[in-house]
Amino acid sequence: MKPISANTLVIAGVEFTSRLFLGTGKFSSGEMMRESLEASGTQLVTVALGRVRTGGEPDDILGHLDGARYRLLPNTSGTRTAKEAILAAELAREALGTNWLKLEIHPDPKYLMPDPIETLLATEQLVRRGFVVLPYVHADPILCKRLEEAGAAAVMPLGAPIGSNLGLESRAFLEIIIAQSGVPVVVDAGLGAPSHAAAALEMGADAVLVNTAIAAAEDPVAMAEAFRLGVEAGRTARLAGLAHMPSGESIRASATSPLTSFLGEPVP
Amino acid sequence: MSFVDVWKRHDFRDVTRSIAQKTPAEVRRALGRSRGNLDMEDLAALLSPAAAPHLEEMAQACHQRTVERFGRTMRLFAPLYLSNACANVCTYCGFSAHNKIRRKVLNDAEILEEARVLRSHGFDSVLLVTGETGRVGRGYLSQALRLLRPHFSGLWIEVQPLPEDDYAALGADGLSAVLVYQETYDAAAYARHHLSGPKADIEWRLGTPDRLGRAGIKKVGLGALFGLSDWRADAWFTGLHLRHVETVHWRTRTAISFPRLRPHEGAAIAVTPFNERDLVQAACAFRLLSPEAELSLSTRESEAFRNQAFRLGFTSMSAGSKTNPGGYSSAPESLEQFEIDDSRSPAQVAAFLRSRGYEPVWKDWDSTYDGFTGRLASAQAVAL
Repeated sequence: MKPISANTLVIAGVEFTSRLFLGTGKFSSGEMMRESLEASGTQLVTVALGRVRTGGEPDDILGHLDGARYRLLPNTSGTRTAKEAILAAELAREALGTNWLKLEIHPDPKYLMPDPIETLLATEQLVRRGFVVLPYVHADPILCKRLEEAGAAAVMPLGAPIGSNLGLESRAFLEIIIAQSGVPVVVDAGLGAPSHAAAALEMGADAVLVNTAIAAAEDPVAMAEAFRLGVEAGRTARLAGLAHMPSGESIRASATSPLTSFLGEPVP
Repeated sequence: MSFVDVWKRHDFRDVTRSIAQKTPAEVRRALGRSRGNLDMEDLAALLSPAAAPHLEEMAQACHQRTVERFGRTMRLFAPLYLSNACANVCTYCGFSAHNKIRRKVLNDAEILEEARVLRSHGFDSVLLVTGETGRVGRGYLSQALRLLRPHFSGLWIEVQPLPEDDYAALGADGLSAVLVYQETYDAAAYARHHLSGPKADIEWRLGTPDRLGRAGIKKVGLGALFGLSDWRADAWFTGLHLRHVETVHWRTRTAISFPRLRPHEGAAIAVTPFNERDLVQAACAFRLLSPEAELSLSTRESEAFRNQAFRLGFTSMSAGSKTNPGGYSSAPESLEQFEIDDSRSPAQVAAFLRSRGYEPVWKDWDSTYDGFTGRLASAQAVAL
C-alpha cells in the first residue's frame, strides 16, 4: 500500500517536485538569474512587484523567466501596512496574471522584520479576495496557526533575519510550527548555506526559499546546484528517519527498574 | 478538511495490513524520534506486532515523557450516570434499547444527592454519562450543568453526539469537556454492532470532535472500544483523529481513553483479542505520539493491573465508579452499563497512589476557565 503519510508537496492544489523556491533579486544579470534558476531545479520563483515593469515594456526579470517552467510568486516587498499590501497584491494579480502571492509587510526598513498584526489582517482580506496567500512571518507558532485559520495556503516563517545568512536561528520555534501546521511550512529568509537548507528539510520543513545565498555567491550557478543537492539530501534524510536527532535527544530511554515485567510472557 | 474526509482516505483493512507488516527497523526508527516528532507511520510501527519485543523500552520512554510533562500526579474523577434510557440498539452495551432493564432518568433532587456523595469522597471533577434518548437532550443537560456548576470545578459529559449549537449553549452553561468515543473506526464492524437508533450513523459520530472544536469546547476525549475490531488499526485511527484535532482545533485540549469490552447485560458477542499487554502497548504508543494528551485508565481494569499500569503514561483514573444512575446514593447495581473490576473506594485508590510516590489530584480545573467566577459559583450554590 502507499505510505500512510503522503510524500508530495502540494500547495493550493498544485504539486511541486522541487522543494527549493528561489528569489529573483540581487543577481548580477538576467542571464545569470536564468542559469541559476535552471541549476536549482526550482519550480516556484518569487518576483518583487516593485521590480517588475507593469506597463508592458520589456522587463529585466520577466524577460528571462520561462513562464511555462516556473510558477510566479509575486511578493509585496516594500509595503508597510495591510492596506498597501492589498493594493500591491491587486496590481500584481493584474500585471502577472496569477492569484498567488507571497505576502510580506515590513514597516521597518532596516531589518525588514515582518509585521505580524498587519500580515494577519491582510491575509484575512486577501483570502476573501481570492488570493492564494503565502505569508512571510516570524517563526511564531501561534501566528502561523492564526494565519492557517485565516486561509493561508502555506506559512513562510523565517530562519533568521533576511539576508543575514545565519541559518536556522529560530530552530526551536520552527520545530513547533512544523509539528502542528496543517498547511505546508516553507522556511524563508536567513538560510546562508546548502547545509542550512538540508537541516530545514531534515527537521521536516516542506520547502525552503533562498535568494541572497545564491545570488550573492561567487558562482551563483554552482551555488544554486549546491542548494538543490542540499534540499534533496535533507528531504531524503527526513524520509529515511534520522538515527539520532541533532539535539541528541531521542525517546530512547535508559532502562531503570522494569515497568512491564508484571505482564508476564507474551502469548504467541 | 473535516475528519470524515480524512477518515475516508484510509481503508481500515489496508491500515490493518500495513500495521501487520511493520518491521523491527521501522519500530527502531520510531523509537529514535525526538520528543513529539512521531508521524503516523511511526505510530503504526509502535502499534504493530513488531514492537512487542520493544515493549519495555517503550514503557521506559513513555514513563519518562509522562513524568517530564505531568510530574508524578494522577487526576482522579468519577462518572455520574444521569440516565440509562437509550434508543440505540448496540450489541455490547447494557443500556441497549432491547435489554429488559428498568430505565431511570435522575431528577434534580437525585442529581444533587449523587453530587453530595461524590463531593464527600473528595471529587472535584465529574463525568456526566447518559444513554441516548429524547428525554435527555440539550435542555436536560443544561439543567444538570446548572445544578452541578456550583459544586464541581470540572464538568465533563459523555453523552450522545450533539449539534454544534447545542455544544456552544452547554459551553455557556459551564461544560468543561466532552468525551465521545468512536467505538470503532471500522465501518463494517460499526454497522455490525450498532443495529438501530441514531448511533448507527457513523459519520455523525466521526464528525463530533470537529463540531466540538468549532463550538469552542475546551477539551475533547477520544477513544475506541477495543474488542469490536482489530485493535491496532482502531488505535491508529484514534491517533489519526487526535492529530486532526491537534492540528485543526489547536486550542482544544485532548484526552484519550482505552476502554475494553466488559461483560454486560444482554447478548454475548464475539470479542476481538485485546489483552493487558496490548493495552500497555497502545498507551505507550499514544504517549510517544503525544507528550501532552491526557491518558485515562479505567475502573474497568483490575486492581492488580491498575496498580502496575498507572505509571505507563496515564494521567487520570476513575475511582470508586458506579455505572448506574443513582448508584452512589441509593439505587441497586442491577441497572449498570458494564461491570467495573477495581472496586476500591476513591480513598483507597488515593492512598495507594501516595504510597507509590504519586500525588492524587482532585482539582485541576477552575470554573473561572469556563467563564464562572469562583465567588459567583459559590453564591449560586444550592445547599447540599
